Amino acid sequence: MEDAVRSGKPVLLQGNEAMVEGALAAGCRFFAGYPITPATEISEAMSVKLPAVGGTFIQMEDEIASLGAVIGASLAGAKAMTATSGPGFSLMQENIGFACVAEVPCVIVNVMRGGPSTGLPTRPSQGDVMQARWGTHGEHPVIVLSVSTTWECFDVTVKAFNLSEKYRTPVIILSDEVVAHTREKVQLPHPQEIEVIDRIKPNMPPEWYIPYEDNARGVPPMGVFGDGYRYHVTGLIHDVRGFPTERPDEIQAFLNRLHRKIYQNYFDIVFIEEEFTEDAELLVISYGSVARSAKRAVREARKRGVKAGMVKLITLWPFPRQFLEPYLRKVRAVLVPEMNFGQVAREVKRINQGMTRVEKLNRIDGQLITPSEILTRLLKM
Amino acid sequence: MAELTKLIHKYLRHDKKFPHVWCPGCGNGIILGSLIRAIDKTGFEKDDIVLISGIGCSSRLPVYVDFNTLHTTHGRALTFATGVKLANPRLQVIVVMGDGDAMAIGGNHFIHAARRNLNITAIIVNNNIYGMTGGQFSPTTPYGARSTTSPFGHIEHPFAISELAVTAGASFVARGTVYHTHLLDQLIEKAIYKRGFAVVEVISNCHTQYGRKNKKGGPVEMLKWMKKSAVRVERAKEMSAEEMEGKFTIGVLVDRELPIFTKEYEKIRQEAKKEYGILG
Ligand SMILES: Cc1ncc(C[n+]2csc(CCOP(=O)(O)OP(=O)(O)O)c2C)c(N)n1
Ligand code: SF4
Ligand SMILES: [Mg+2]
Repeated sequence: MEDAVRSGKPVLLQGNEAMVEGALAAGCRFFAGYPITPATEISEAMSVKLPAVGGTFIQMEDEIASLGAVIGASLAGAKAMTATSGPGFSLMQENIGFACVAEVPCVIVNVMRGGPSTGLPTRPSQGDVMQARWGTHGEHPVIVLSVSTTWECFDVTVKAFNLSEKYRTPVIILSDEVVAHTREKVQLPHPQEIEVIDRIKPNMPPEWYIPYEDNARGVPPMGVFGDGYRYHVTGLIHDVRGFPTERPDEIQAFLNRLHRKIYQNYFDIVFIEEEFTEDAELLVISYGSVARSAKRAVREARKRGVKAGMVKLITLWPFPRQFLEPYLRKVRAVLVPEMNFGQVAREVKRINQGMTRVEKLNRIDGQLITPSEILTRLLKM
Repeated sequence: MAELTKLIHKYLRHDKKFPHVWCPGCGNGIILGSLIRAIDKTGFEKDDIVLISGIGCSSRLPVYVDFNTLHTTHGRALTFATGVKLANPRLQVIVVMGDGDAMAIGGNHFIHAARRNLNITAIIVNNNIYGMTGGQFSPTTPYGARSTTSPFGHIEHPFAISELAVTAGASFVARGTVYHTHLLDQLIEKAIYKRGFAVVEVISNCHTQYGRKNKKGGPVEMLKWMKKSAVRVERAKEMSAEEMEGKFTIGVLVDRELPIFTKEYEKIRQEAKKEYGILG
């Protein structure tokens, strides 16, 4: 069978399938997962495509095991990924924290569905924005990206792998049921046109290798099991050699570096997209499937003479504060439509500090927010 | 003695700040010794060994030795090991877990790892207690035993780790003790050599927690108890149920050839390549 996706012709793909293509293009060669709606198609496609490129797919006994296997595979040199939805994402939290502390690159897709608990398995939601940021215990920065189109499912997955390799950290992609299952025409780039970043490996003699030593980037080169750089990997707070420590100066230095390596590279990590923002008086801030409705609503509003503009957040965490602040300073009001009680709206209000008026538009009934709902609100603002 | 010094120099980490975290007389040290001797016998390069553990006193073992070492989350060591092995099947993956780690929080991973039959060696340190957290009962704490969470005597019944491993489908299952060190060296060596999921259950002493609460005495008394209670599997076959009362078997319980996951998966790769062409 010919691989239609790589033919260079436009293809019809659903978001979940496009993510698999993105992962493969980025060099993903290991996937472990546990079936869950609405993420299952990712596992299914991986079970077909990974072995064909010499990679490995495995269905584990649960989501904790899935992420454990992903971390193990990454430590042994494979770019690795898992995909799940709410209940599975909750189970993964402890190992996400492990990957942060042990600095193991990996990609975790959460196709959001309605919650809490088993919730609404076949309905979209954006209820996990805060969980993605704060779901683990303790404090550490995270990179969380979101997707709103089939193309982005491809493109953002490539970005997620690149960031995770570059900064030695798990990267979470928040998708949702609508984006995951919508079929759209996409033309995937030729593999050679795709920028693929690999982790930096140590090149000094093994006896000189200090696995967690700080450097200007804040990201130490990563030894891979079997490459001759034998070292210790642990979820305990460790010194530069990777050994557990309780020395306050070593604890402080380690945690500072974990934070620094993300925040000092803020502008390399934060992506947004803008439309009609130059002269906007009303600004819609949205992400995920709701951004599709927002785009339509803003265009309609423009047709009616309302100076509306929009910012689509692709990076959710670290929060695109520096990008939003200039707009908050100059627009008359901001609208944040989202399928939750206002998780991003809360963050916008936090950075707004009274500069403008921030309004929310929320649906938590398992239905996508429609363009006309956003438009109606914009016309009243 | 010279032999011992050589092994210490070759395998212990010199840049690790000793002393270790264990209580004097803890069985974990004996198991570490056995593991080092067994690995040395197999002749594998240090670079090719990945030693993985969960969380617990016994799971602190990898940090002291000069292999690729990975100290994971509580109960999940086998899942990490699965990823390591699949990403690079050339690596020799050895996993050390406690009884709580492998049987309670990690019980599900354990039976599935056995069933999946990857080429991984699993060493389970069975001290019948949660040592690290201060002596709460574990899934192998005997009926009636005292622990900090069964102060009136334990009312649950224990798992038989090795028997569970046999039923779950492991290729190789053996039980040893920290008293029978010579046998333990051999069992671990065999388990490492074995192609397939190989389990060694090691009966160990936690005199600090289990021993003290159950009036089993110190390390010496507990080792003597192991000497008295352990029966070689070969001998046990000739003994009656009454004679075996209060005793347990040591030796190789099962050694069988079963299809190995990585070999089976290679077939899948060939199929997929045929059907979908080489993607890339
Ligand atoms: C998720 C989680 N729950 C609980 C703990 C606390 N904890 C640490 S070690 C341990 C039990 C260890 O017992 P065992 O596995 O038998 O190892 P031993 O210390 O006896 O060698 C527990 C419950 C933890 N670290 N993580
Ligand atoms: S508490 Fe028990 S298991 Fe832990 S080191 Fe002490 S004797 Fe060993
Ligand atoms: Mg124990």
